[in-house]
Amino acid sequence: MTDPAPRPAVRVRELRRVFGDRAVLDGLRLDIARGEFVALLGASGSGKTTLLRILGALDGADGGEVLVPEARTVVFQEPRLVPSKKVLANVTVALPRGRSGHGLRALAEVGLERHADAWPATLSGGEAQRVALARALVREPELLLLDEPFAALDALTRLKMQDLVGELCRKHRPAVLLVTHDVDEAVRLADRVAVLRDGRLVTDEPVTVDRPRDPGDPAFGALRRRLLDDLGVATTPQPSTAPERTEVGVI
Amino acid sequence: MSGTTAHQGLVRPRPQRRRGRGRTYSATVRALGPIALLVLWWAASATGVLTPDVLASPGEVLRAVGELWGNGQLPDALTTSLTRSGLGLLIGLAAGLVLGITTGFTRLGDELLDSSIQTLRTIPFLSLVPLFMVWFGINETAKILLIAVATTFPMYVSTSSGVRNTDPKLVEAMRSFGMGRFALVREVVLPGALPSLLAGLRLSMTLSVIALIAAEEINATAGIGYLMSQAQSYARTDILAVCILVYGLLGLTADMVVRLLERVLMPWRTTQGATR
Repeated sequence: MTDPAPRPAVRVRELRRVFGDRAVLDGLRLDIARGEFVALLGASGSGKTTLLRILGALDGADGGEVLVPEARTVVFQEPRLVPSKKVLANVTVALPRGRSGHGLRALAEVGLERHADAWPATLSGGEAQRVALARALVREPELLLLDEPFAALDALTRLKMQDLVGELCRKHRPAVLLVTHDVDEAVRLADRVAVLRDGRLVTDEPVTVDRPRDPGDPAFGALRRRLLDDLGVATTPQPSTAPERTEVGVI
Repeated sequence: MSGTTAHQGLVRPRPQRRRGRGRTYSATVRALGPIALLVLWWAASATGVLTPDVLASPGEVLRAVGELWGNGQLPDALTTSLTRSGLGLLIGLAAGLVLGITTGFTRLGDELLDSSIQTLRTIPFLSLVPLFMVWFGINETAKILLIAVATTFPMYVSTSSGVRNTDPKLVEAMRSFGMGRFALVREVVLPGALPSLLAGLRLSMTLSVIALIAAEEINATAGIGYLMSQAQSYARTDILAVCILVYGLLGLTADMVVRLLERVLMPWRTTQGATR
């Protein structure tokens, strides 16, 4: 466990969430410092999305203490753009009038300023997800919640999106919680990785691999193996037989 | 280079391309059906299969139109009837829309209102005619309200089902960005429900003409229905045909209005109808 940050952006203690008679989150403890990028790994159904939804006030907790900043936004797995609004209006959705300047700047940051006047239905999957990213960033969040935002993208687009998200987060410095099941993605982007299993964080450690992070780096491989072990994925000693999914980052 | 048949047995893929059709071409095809009907009618009258005491010939009907238009009877009747059905339709659409959004979007509204509206919906509006006569007397109010009642229910059913079909994920996302309830209805739910709303509008417009006939056949002193009942007592089949044609044209116009609205109100729909 790292020391609790002096000015935390997220503070979670003894968090409990029960579905039926199964405790998905049970005594969970999590701190995220301001400007820190935390990746949360976990198998399907481990409750990582539930944790993100609780932090985003989309779901309630059954017990424990949760503290988050007022300004927080979510990027969902799907773009969730309003089909009847043009791209720029989707970015500035629910903002006070007269923010199109901000919206255009956010669109420029994700490289879509020329699509401001397009309908969402005409965008590709990657472009739509970039609009969703701009929509989250234009609110200048102190906490950015990313719910498997790259999962629905093809492998090449995913790599580009990961670089874009990493770059924009370094520039704007929000606290970030990235929920993912892709170990490479977590190690590439995060300052800290955590693994959620049996309702609590079994691993929570800083990523010390030097940037830019290269999957060929021995430190990268060692951390990946350890994380896969924590996730309950059996890894044999020779790294060449690592599960196919994690090979995506190797180009 | 690619044009040569270097690879035996291979063919170039030929995507089926949709040819762009000119507006005049498509309008001509559309007009073919009605024109064929007219020709058939004219031929039947000219050969004597259709005698004037059954149905007047197209020529006679045209003369009747000229006569009715000339002495001001047709414009007066049209104005009266259109005002009635227009007002009734407006009231009915507004009521159906408000009720539909209330029951479709709020659980309380659904529990409170839906069952009673569904009960009222099954009452044939024609059976309300005598009751309305007793309540409101023989005046414009009774007629307009009858049309309003008739048009409320199709609009209500379409609206509430359209609103209920809003993507809950989209609503959740918009709420997380701080969108308020009314903004949500105005900017997300209603645009999303527009296809159903327009289907409801189509049904309501048709019903407004039907209800107009029902209202005007009874105790009217003006309007197309009055013109019809007068023509009936003098056995003027030419005027009867004119009135029926007018009703038909009203229905056709209503359909064209909805088609236009579909194009104007939903510019985000791609040709494939896909949304993201």
